[in-house]
Amino acid sequence: MRRYFARKLLFYLVTFFVAVTIDWLIPRFAPGDPVTSMISRVAAQPEAAAAMMDYFNGTFGLDVPIWQQYLNFWTSLLQGDLGVSIWLFPQPVTRVIMDALPYTLALLVPAVLLAFWAGNKFGAFAARKRWLDGAVLPLGYILTATPYMWLAILLAWLLGSVWQVFPIAGAYGFNLAPAFTFQFAGSLLQHWFLPFLSLFLVGFGGWAIGMRNLIIYELDADYSRYLSSLGAPDKLIRSYAYKNARLPQLTGLALQLGVIVTGALVTEVVFSYPGLGWYSYQAIINQDYFLLQGIFLFVVIGVLLANFVIDLVYVMVDPRVRLGMEGG
Amino acid sequence: MADLPRPRDVPEITVDTSLPPEAPRPRRRVGRAGEFLYFAARDRKIFVSLAIVLALLLVAIVGPFLREYGPNEYVGPGMQPPSSEYWFGTTTFGQDVFVQFVHGLGATFFVGLVGGGLASIIGMTVGFVAGYRGGWLDELLNMLTNVVLVIPTLMVLIVIVAYVNARGLLIEAVFIGCTAWPWAARAIRAQTMSLRSRDFVDLARLTGMGTRRIITGEIAPNMSSYLMLTFILLFGNAVLIAATLDFIGLGPTDGISLGLMMNNAVLWSALQLGMWWWFIPPGIGIVLIVGSLYVMNVGLDQVFNPRLRKL
Amino acid sequence: MTLVVNDLKVYYNTLAGDVRALDGVSFEIADGEIMGLAGESGCGKTTLGNSLIRLDGRMRHVDGSVELDGQVLPIADSEAMDRFRYHSISVVPQYAMSAMNPTRKIGRMSRELIESRGIRYETVREEYERRLTLVGLHEGVLGLYPMELSGGMKQRVVMVLSTLLDPSLLIADEITSALDVSTQKAVAESLVGLRDNGFVRSMIVITHDLSILHEVADTILVMYAGHLAEKAPTESVIRHPRHPYTRMLIDSLPEVGVRFDQKRLEGIPGKPPSLLDPPAGCRFRARCPLADEVCQEQPPFVEIADGHQVACWKVE
Repeated sequence: MRRYFARKLLFYLVTFFVAVTIDWLIPRFAPGDPVTSMISRVAAQPEAAAAMMDYFNGTFGLDVPIWQQYLNFWTSLLQGDLGVSIWLFPQPVTRVIMDALPYTLALLVPAVLLAFWAGNKFGAFAARKRWLDGAVLPLGYILTATPYMWLAILLAWLLGSVWQVFPIAGAYGFNLAPAFTFQFAGSLLQHWFLPFLSLFLVGFGGWAIGMRNLIIYELDADYSRYLSSLGAPDKLIRSYAYKNARLPQLTGLALQLGVIVTGALVTEVVFSYPGLGWYSYQAIINQDYFLLQGIFLFVVIGVLLANFVIDLVYVMVDPRVRLGMEGG
Repeated sequence: MADLPRPRDVPEITVDTSLPPEAPRPRRRVGRAGEFLYFAARDRKIFVSLAIVLALLLVAIVGPFLREYGPNEYVGPGMQPPSSEYWFGTTTFGQDVFVQFVHGLGATFFVGLVGGGLASIIGMTVGFVAGYRGGWLDELLNMLTNVVLVIPTLMVLIVIVAYVNARGLLIEAVFIGCTAWPWAARAIRAQTMSLRSRDFVDLARLTGMGTRRIITGEIAPNMSSYLMLTFILLFGNAVLIAATLDFIGLGPTDGISLGLMMNNAVLWSALQLGMWWWFIPPGIGIVLIVGSLYVMNVGLDQVFNPRLRKL
Repeated sequence: MTLVVNDLKVYYNTLAGDVRALDGVSFEIADGEIMGLAGESGCGKTTLGNSLIRLDGRMRHVDGSVELDGQVLPIADSEAMDRFRYHSISVVPQYAMSAMNPTRKIGRMSRELIESRGIRYETVREEYERRLTLVGLHEGVLGLYPMELSGGMKQRVVMVLSTLLDPSLLIADEITSALDVSTQKAVAESLVGLRDNGFVRSMIVITHDLSILHEVADTILVMYAGHLAEKAPTESVIRHPRHPYTRMLIDSLPEVGVRFDQKRLEGIPGKPPSLLDPPAGCRFRARCPLADEVCQEQPPFVEIADGHQVACWKVE
């Protein structure tokens, strides 16, 4: 068991290492020198600029040898220093990320968990009621084929613009300031709902279809037939099928994380929701490479962590993996 | 083979292996391809989805010739809803949305084909080699696959593309192809490993056939249906990724694409202004293409895999 | 009489039409009888075994009746059949080695199964463990997952579990096919033990391996292409088969100690007819050396000697 986790940990560390290296390498391949021109724009305020110049010189400085630039980059990273944002100068990148993170998490976590749970339940239900197949199947495939941002656009347009049920920009009303009031909380929820719904729906379609197919497969498995031959009630057979089908779905969740996170990011762009996605977009427009790279690294770490957690959970729920490892 | 010396007390064994003459049976052999075509033609899913994809392809090819001007030219009054002159209306700046749409469709098909195709090739190479060779090569390729799989590659693309200023459609397709292959490699590796232990592969190896020829001549043809399904999925995937890239403004810097149309629409407040003709068509275009491909995939899976066929 | 089957017809739905897998089968099984059911692949023996307990999606009960202990079995109505399953009629399936849920410990799965049938597990647990030791398994097996057992062990667990409620009739479908010879012997002996210990009243043992039947069966029923060919006590079938098919079948078995150059090993040339559109009359006609025009009419399955039934015009 320990060896299994040690291997997994090693893998994630290697992946992290690769990601960081890629991130560090990319600007060096860009034609011209975009970063210097950006820095020069901001050199107006000397004291604040000094901090940035330090960072910049450490990681990009031409008078510093390449390998040292690389090491400096790592050192800064491990100290939590991702540089200073150019667009939002003089705020450090880390600060910007921390401000934006709660909004993204507020969208992602409920949407992913709920879509996974509800999609699985619904898919299992659809597998039982074959008359639903005519309606569910095409709808599910359409939902999975819908790019995240288009569904966001549709919802924003229909529910926000046409029927004016929900607002479509920002995290809370423009006239409000953050406070622990019901009014503020209400406004937060109102603004949160549409992007959440959009993320939820796309995920829901995919999980439902996947689960339906898996359940059908499980219901046809030998153990299901055996139980049925011995007169076991459908409920028991279905419960076994469901629990077994959840396992590959869990693996699928781990694989999909990158895609889901990206979906969240573009959804934020549509709704001008101030999470990591919206900030990435602004970073691109404003050519704030430090912020962009910082968010990238942060997201990568998050995805790797989530993958690791799912690995842990999977080992706990699938006895075959546990046994396989203990066996040697 | 030369006669082996026999121990003295074992008598010779004579075996008459001639078969009794058999009455010739009428042959009704439908080749495998014929069998597939039979089921494919009768499967409504495949039929409808293929029709949709082909129809859109036709629109993408013929569409640009329906008007003399290009997609980004300013040809009329802005913010016009669909009319008999401008079938999909105009944008804020007076560009013809329909012309943008048909050009965008073309870009979409291109990216799907090139991006999906490249991803298929890489995935196949990695998958076949890892699955067939095994050993340390397998471990290495596995590590590579898993790394590319786990890193949210779209973010990598975002960062890369942000630095490269002049971007063409081909570069975008190549980027996508180079990052979308991992799950295909995994799937192909699994299939290859199960085929590797089959008799005909052993025979081929015994005759001294080289690895490359075994893969291309023995293994791949036996997986041809699986490879086709993989390509279709990669095609759809590439289209979605490209649309997302275009939407964030990281697509080709010239020309037009469906994702870019959506980007512009949102940027110029089409949502608030109710200019649905600007953002609805590109989305529908993508959903139709990708959705049809997915459904076609399911249908083809049933055709190739008799166990899944419904009666 | 434990089982009475009368003119049973079960067909499969396929794209190309009905496959007439069981086309009018009638026989009886007495109390305490172990009947072997033999025949080549595709003759309908597994269909017969299945149709007595569970018709799967593509099977259809077309005609005929089945009576178990004097009660009519509603084989076409799956819900009504539930009352009989496990309690009165049970099965050790062909796929016994994968018949248990891989992600559940065996004991837990057994408990959930039994409780779902309305029986408190505590009332049968001791007996369950006792029977497991009878077939040579340690009761600790209940705390393991299926993948921790060998194929033979899993099969024995399934045998015990399937017969735990002492059914009147047990259907054992190809349970020795995937085993090595020594395990086959052990399993065959366990089978007989089930009947001798009173756990099971009567049994149908389905197999294509006549040598196993010679060991365990009291009577043997030979099927061919959806019809019955011959039913007789085991010794009669093996030593004095009357139906031409049975005779060629027995003849095709190699005898121990006989060499090739002394006696040629004969098969039965030809193939069974397609059951999609079976020929009229005796279905063995095309391969039978004794066939002539009278065989164009279906021979009835009649008793020609005490306990010996044959379906052939050429047997007087």
